Amino acid sequence: MRFDLQIIASWITPGAKVLDLGCGEGDLLSFLKEQKQVYGTGIECQESKVAQCIAAGLPVLQGDINSEVEDYPDKAFDYVILSQTLQQVFDPEKLIHAMLRIGGQAIVSFPNFSHWRNRLQLLTTGYAPKNRQLPFEWYNTPNIRVITLNDFRRFARLAGFTILKEVAINTDHHNEDGNIINHLAGLRATYGIFMIGKGH
Amino acid sequence: MISNIPTTESDLNKTNNSVGLVEKKFFTFGESPDELVLDNGSRLGPITLAYETLGSLNADRSNAILVLHALSGDSHMAGYYALSDPKPGWWDSMIGPGKGINTDQYFVVCSNILGSCMGSIGPSSINPATGRPFGLNFPVVTIGDMVKTQKALIDHLKIPKLLAVIGGSIGGMQVLEWTVRYPEMMAAAVPLATTAKHSALAIAFNEVARQAIMADPNWNHGDYYDGDKPNLGLAVARMIGHITYLSDEAMRRKFGRQLQDKSDFSFNFDADFQVESYLRYQGKKFVERFDANSFLYITKAADYFDIGRQHGEGSLAKAFAKAQARFMIVSFTSDWLYPTYQSKSLVKALKKNNLEVSFCEIEAEWGHDAFLLPSDRLTLLIKGFLNRQTHEGRI
Repeated sequence: MRFDLQIIASWITPGAKVLDLGCGEGDLLSFLKEQKQVYGTGIECQESKVAQCIAAGLPVLQGDINSEVEDYPDKAFDYVILSQTLQQVFDPEKLIHAMLRIGGQAIVSFPNFSHWRNRLQLLTTGYAPKNRQLPFEWYNTPNIRVITLNDFRRFARLAGFTILKEVAINTDHHNEDGNIINHLAGLRATYGIFMIGKGH
Repeated sequence: MISNIPTTESDLNKTNNSVGLVEKKFFTFGESPDELVLDNGSRLGPITLAYETLGSLNADRSNAILVLHALSGDSHMAGYYALSDPKPGWWDSMIGPGKGINTDQYFVVCSNILGSCMGSIGPSSINPATGRPFGLNFPVVTIGDMVKTQKALIDHLKIPKLLAVIGGSIGGMQVLEWTVRYPEMMAAAVPLATTAKHSALAIAFNEVARQAIMADPNWNHGDYYDGDKPNLGLAVARMIGHITYLSDEAMRRKFGRQLQDKSDFSFNFDADFQVESYLRYQGKKFVERFDANSFLYITKAADYFDIGRQHGEGSLAKAFAKAQARFMIVSFTSDWLYPTYQSKSLVKALKKNNLEVSFCEIEAEWGHDAFLLPSDRLTLLIKGFLNRQTHEGRI
């Protein structure tokens, strides 16, 4: 499982109710179900991935996360997770508000744009950064938002969310191994993971 | 029984690759004074249902699955009545040993719906009061009435709770009705290619089909069982149905503008195009096995179906407040009879009630018919979903 998902999983209390937005092939949901007796469900837009999840015994529904989050009652989940998708969301503030309405806590992870390698690439080559975390050209990237750890902290403050936990990580090129970064995270971390709650 | 000894390779296939030989069974209930009270207020009894069971019930009676058929289906869901049968039951691709609905694992039940003509009581059955076929004296029944009779059968089979109810199209409507009428009776529900209420488009097609039957002089206000049957009207009704089961894309791929056995137009009104010939063939084949009055009654039941109106005072979300099952809803991209938006409104209503719902829209070119065609994707979805109910079910 991806290293950021391992960190996220470690934050989830056993037996919790979890919604995974953009759950992909269900790696996190399967792990939480087996290791933490979590009741998890997911939303995914790709038919083949949805089918793979359901065939593996996970309750997942096909749809667009931005609209699907609207139908759940308040506090339907303990945790609502958005892993490595925030940078693709058109209206992050609206989505995170919805996540905090239907869940007690929201967990988001995203690639840290201010990693030193990105800064160096831009500075030395003059081209938009392209690497293992951001493997696209500007004209075909699904990542429509450029976010740094600092950006997210400021966004949380302005939008009225509380950051309850945060971890910066540096991962290997498969993203499966990694380590937690405590110093100079804005420069050294490839991903940021935040747990947020409502209000200041 | 000579015909049931495998003699050819195709006979062997029938015994190997399918559930094998099956039999049509019957169950009668509702003798006076315990007739069934129908949704229209009238009483009907005694009621006979034709049904089929596959696999075996386990010791704690917790592995039963109820399969619900569509408009022209019957209780014969899989296998063969005799080895000489050219075709197996209508969902043989899904039900059998090791298949999506695995008969080595589950006890699978399917009954012919109330109002049909495949062994269960319907307008072509003999009215005990007159000794003649009911015809239009048969009461107008609803999807709810069909489900009430199925509940009587499940009680008769001493099944305390079903593992799942599964069905497509009108069978899917019955699935939905089951989940709100008898919410404690199943762990899981699988409505396929269906809707919470019949749309104006669907009602319109049904009405044209019914008009075709009723315009046939042989129909005679439903009283035709002693003479010629309204075969022309029923054939046209079926042709209309087949248009709704396909799609623009399916017809384009299957027929295009290809001519049937000719290189140029005939300049008369024979079937020039392959699509015309296909529809005529489907119509002709259908009248050999189906009763025109049953077609009227079942399509009317489908048109009346509106689960929000019946169970939720007009609100779909309210209707499902009673439901307890875990749902898996499946729609097909090219289904224009019950398009995906109708399945999505079901998903929405279930989510609002905090019910567990899985949903998948399968990319398929074959229109509404897709739910009945062999599909690896649908098979894996159903297999995985059922497997989960077995291991984590609340039975």
